[in-house]
Amino acid sequence: MSTAIEQPNYNYKVVKYFAIMAVVWGVVGMSIGVLIASQLVWPELNFDIQYLTFSRLRPLHTNAVIFAFGGCALFATSYYVVQRTCQTRIFSDSLAMFTFWGWQAIIVAAAITLPMGLTSSKEYAELEWPIDILMEIVWISYAIVFFGTISKRNQPHIYVANWFFGAFILTIAVLHTFNSLAIPVSMWKSYSIYAGTIDAMVQWWYGHNAVGFFLTAGFLGMMYYFIPKQAERPVYSYRLSIVHFWALISIYVWAGAHHLHYSALPDWAQSAGMVMSLILLAPSWGGMINGMMTLSGAWHKLRTDPILRFLVVSLSFYGMSTFEGPMMAIKTVNALSHNTDWTIGHVHSGALGWVAMISFGAIYNLLPVVLGKKQGEMYSIKLINIHFWLATLGTVLYICAMWVNGIMQGLMWRAVNADGTLTYSFVESLEASYPGYFVRVVGGAFFLAGMLLMAYNTYKTVRGAHAEQAKLAQA
Amino acid sequence: MDINDVRGLGTVFALIAFIGIIAWAYSSSRKTRFDDDATMIFKDDDIAQRSALAETTKND
Repeated sequence: MSTAIEQPNYNYKVVKYFAIMAVVWGVVGMSIGVLIASQLVWPELNFDIQYLTFSRLRPLHTNAVIFAFGGCALFATSYYVVQRTCQTRIFSDSLAMFTFWGWQAIIVAAAITLPMGLTSSKEYAELEWPIDILMEIVWISYAIVFFGTISKRNQPHIYVANWFFGAFILTIAVLHTFNSLAIPVSMWKSYSIYAGTIDAMVQWWYGHNAVGFFLTAGFLGMMYYFIPKQAERPVYSYRLSIVHFWALISIYVWAGAHHLHYSALPDWAQSAGMVMSLILLAPSWGGMINGMMTLSGAWHKLRTDPILRFLVVSLSFYGMSTFEGPMMAIKTVNALSHNTDWTIGHVHSGALGWVAMISFGAIYNLLPVVLGKKQGEMYSIKLINIHFWLATLGTVLYICAMWVNGIMQGLMWRAVNADGTLTYSFVESLEASYPGYFVRVVGGAFFLAGMLLMAYNTYKTVRGAHAEQAKLAQA
Repeated sequence: MDINDVRGLGTVFALIAFIGIIAWAYSSSRKTRFDDDATMIFKDDDIAQRSALAETTKND
């Protein structure tokens, strides 16, 4: 085809690969989640096998859903959006493919080493140093591909989604590099170069910005492209999106200390973390309102379009959890919520409700396009609708169970008798948590069932498109 | 001048930068430009289609 040579076209292959693997890892990561949630109700489900104990599968679950599922979704959407908004082909096809295979290799390495108990014990950064180095190489390649594509753009303006993706890529590079600094003592054992309170502060500077940039800025990039695209109208206020971007990225980096309230961290640093967390509410809600208002005048589309519903409901969960987060960062509230299930509920309100749902919406939108169909033209729209309700119901069950558990645990732990002794033992609070743990398993199972429907829908869509292509080739 | 003065000035600088960004983004002279930028995502459908087609023919 002569036109294809003269005019730019997009690399859809790498987008397709990442999108499909996001679905695959979604199924894997969420299955492990349901398994470990079940272990908290029925402890014998670890079958007395060391590789299946909660302590080893929990980091596998978090790594699988954040870096495997979320990561693949971010790679897919960022490569797709940067090409389409810069109207140019990706910077380097081979380097982009390297990031795909490199990222899959990291995930497989995690799936092997974490159940074996090989861990640096830093939360959300458990992988040992050889895998950290591979991650560094892949991430720098990712940055080269992404910013290289931007630098050869055919459009003068860099669309706002790319600003968010760019901030996410750069910040994660810095966070991963400095949090992972360690002295290796053997192939699979290393010690952090930080010690004591400084180690804790570096860890939560990393941990909270993993939330702020990996799980927020990147997905806001999705929001600014896929909501306008699926609603077929421009974003509510492009000017607000600019203020949103700068405010969000400049405030998020200061909030990490709220993970260390009432610890050995100096009191002023805790208070600074709390204040910055409270300020963070403003840009978070500014962004949410910007996304929501994009639908003004087009609300009726929500009745017929489950993909748009995924995207918009993800924003409501985003709004909810970014209100809850600053509230929990207030020291007196944190005194009640810290170390309870409330924290886990908060994380999942963000992870299931916001991160996963916006990814579902984005993948449902783009997958048909990279297969040569119209946006959102999946095999079955009806299945997307069922997926939507399963996901929503599952999330609500999950977070309500954890709210009840968390507040109950916090109140039981702090209850004291008139003579100053504790009213309840720890085991009593654990026993009281069982109903909540059971509801969580049910909620998680709902969410996983929806994910399985998505996997089936994806399989049918890809197979259908390949069959059509084969027919085209014969004709 | 000790380190805390520098920290205080940092906060002032952040405030000025923030107000500057708002003034820049919301100035009336940039209205049409940003309205155009917001619609750029709808202007590449031809390339998007062509890319899917190129991918198909390449696969065979």
